[in-house]
Amino acid sequence: MNNLIEFLSFQNPTLQIIAIGIFFLSISSAMVGCFSFLRKQSLIGDAVAHGVLPGICLSFLLFENKNIYVLLWGASFTAWLSIATIQFIHSRSKIDKDTSMGIILSVFFGFGIVLLTIIQGKSASAQAGLDKFIFGKAASMIDTDVITIVIISVLVIITIILLYKNLVIVSFDESFAKTIGLRVELFKFILTMMTVLVIVIGIQSVGIVLISALLITPPVTARFWTNKLSLMIFIACIFSIISGFGGTYISYTYENMPTGPWIVVFMSIFAFISFAVAPQKGFISKLYRDFLNKRKIEDENILKTMYALMEDSTNNNTNNTTYSLKNILKKRNQNPIKARNTINRLCNQGFISKNNMNENLELTPQGLEKGKRITRLHRLWELYLTKNLHLTPSHVHEDAETIEHIITPELEERIIKELGYPTTDPHNKNIP
Amino acid sequence: MIDFWIILIACLVSCCCSLLGCFLILRKTAMLTDAISHAVLPGIVIMFLLSGSKNSFLMILGASLIGLLTTFLIEFLSQRAKVQADASIGVVFTFLFSIGIILVTVFADQTDLDQDCILYGEILYVPLDMINFSNYQIPKSFFIFVPLLVYIILFIKVFYKQLLITTFDNQFATTIGISATFWHYALMTNVSITTVASFESVGAILVIALFIVPPASAYLLIKDFKNMLFLSCLIGIIDCILGYYFSYIFNCSTAGAIATVAGIIFMIILLFTIYHKKLYNLLNINQLQTPTSSID
Repeated sequence: MNNLIEFLSFQNPTLQIIAIGIFFLSISSAMVGCFSFLRKQSLIGDAVAHGVLPGICLSFLLFENKNIYVLLWGASFTAWLSIATIQFIHSRSKIDKDTSMGIILSVFFGFGIVLLTIIQGKSASAQAGLDKFIFGKAASMIDTDVITIVIISVLVIITIILLYKNLVIVSFDESFAKTIGLRVELFKFILTMMTVLVIVIGIQSVGIVLISALLITPPVTARFWTNKLSLMIFIACIFSIISGFGGTYISYTYENMPTGPWIVVFMSIFAFISFAVAPQKGFISKLYRDFLNKRKIEDENILKTMYALMEDSTNNNTNNTTYSLKNILKKRNQNPIKARNTINRLCNQGFISKNNMNENLELTPQGLEKGKRITRLHRLWELYLTKNLHLTPSHVHEDAETIEHIITPELEERIIKELGYPTTDPHNKNIP
Repeated sequence: MIDFWIILIACLVSCCCSLLGCFLILRKTAMLTDAISHAVLPGIVIMFLLSGSKNSFLMILGASLIGLLTTFLIEFLSQRAKVQADASIGVVFTFLFSIGIILVTVFADQTDLDQDCILYGEILYVPLDMINFSNYQIPKSFFIFVPLLVYIILFIKVFYKQLLITTFDNQFATTIGISATFWHYALMTNVSITTVASFESVGAILVIALFIVPPASAYLLIKDFKNMLFLSCLIGIIDCILGYYFSYIFNCSTAGAIATVAGIIFMIILLFTIYHKKLYNLLNINQLQTPTSSID
């Protein structure tokens, strides 16, 4: 606990620097990630990240300098080259996008490893700073690194805010953007370059292999919570920042703990939790909705069956209005336990009145109305299918069974109008 | 002799990978390999901690389980949660790989798996681990990869029809009663097994190069699927031999060099297939021009 307080007060100067770096990195990567997510290009970040390695090694070999700016130029160049090559392979041959990403990712990384081992062979000490790029070491960030991160992040954030409208249009609908005269290629290039820059500044703290998670996971998480893009970007940033600090905290508190993997673990946990509990899009709320839907269908089927029984007795002139569970099961074959539960539920809701333990069940006026409506919808739909789609009457029942629970009053109105206020269905039954 | 063993092992690995890779690239699931090759890491570490040795049967078992889990999680996220397919790949494999890295760090003193070995392996150590086999010194990996290759060839040969149909036409496969899902998972299990077996020698990322690049090169050159299987093995073997000498000359990582050579050969084939028509036209025009000019 003391550790946490100490961490949150940010009194340690090294920690301050790292926290600032992680903060800006989290925001810029989440923002850029949202756009690559929208363009369905999430994995491009992974390919680009691997493409960074040869660039870093090449610029080190050429300039014999570990200055971050020199390395960044090389990194940005090969990262851009990797995207361009993926585009080239994908557009000029029959190889699909996934495969071309895999090819470029592994070959560029392999070439990077070749260069890295050549550098290692030259002098053991020189390489010491380079392999941190593969797994990332946030703790090794120094002032100049953080300043670079802040400058580039602010640049990216400002660009996104200024060009927000155009970027959104290009990401959602390229052809529309073209028709209204936007320079699509330019904006696509800007998005690509922003991805490259964010990855390049991020690999130092998170590493080549895991940087793609910073771009992919927060947008995926945020997508569960909202349908609005601006809100989604905001939520993604929040999750990203919290995970960033969480990872930094763990690696600050426990010795030798890597920062990058912990950041990713935090992010993924948020993603899985959101997937479970988010309203509307979450798994649990989906299950609950399915459950309610199923219950509604069960309810309506019982009411419909009872209405059908009533029709039968009217036709036979028995004028019997009470039925037992047995009658219902005979009319419509279903699981007796489920049927009894459903009937109890309907009793509580006031659609059925019952005396004498499931023996004398009777529809209340409300229940009658509802059963009538379902039967009407069923027969209307059967008629609609036979009349307008020319299906044979023997084939339409199954379809009507499913659709009768979905039709809204407005739709019902339109079907009735379309069919010219019919009175009988294809099986010569009255439409109530 | 050492050279011979290293090249032989590399060729065996690359044949295993290429054969499976042909199916992967035609199924457009190349990036799934990327995901699996990263995601098996926690499986390897856990099994290593449990059994205390590499190359054990347990390791293969653990890896196949994790491979299945990865495939399942990705399918689950994209089918149930409606996350885009590539985003769900990204979420799942980074998560599992992070857990793997954390496990490696926590149990660093108990495993001799270090982070470098995970990424690019060390095939040069292959001849260090020899076994006496009727008066011959044979590397231990030889006895892993030969059975593996035989197994994969048998797998493809016996279930060729099912694999082929589910690769080319999922819906048709389902209509004639072949479960596309089952064969998807079966293939991915074999991919995980191969990945784990190759892990030590080529590492997590370069194994992707062996899975994808030779089949992609073969795919550019050939239309018949059976021939594509053979050609991709052949290209894989050429990659390995050239890559080994490349690394010998420049004194660099062998696995990296193999990936680089594979990439170069792929690019040459790609440029050839794109421009050979132009080249052909150019030559033809020259031939045509000579007679016309002579008539004039």
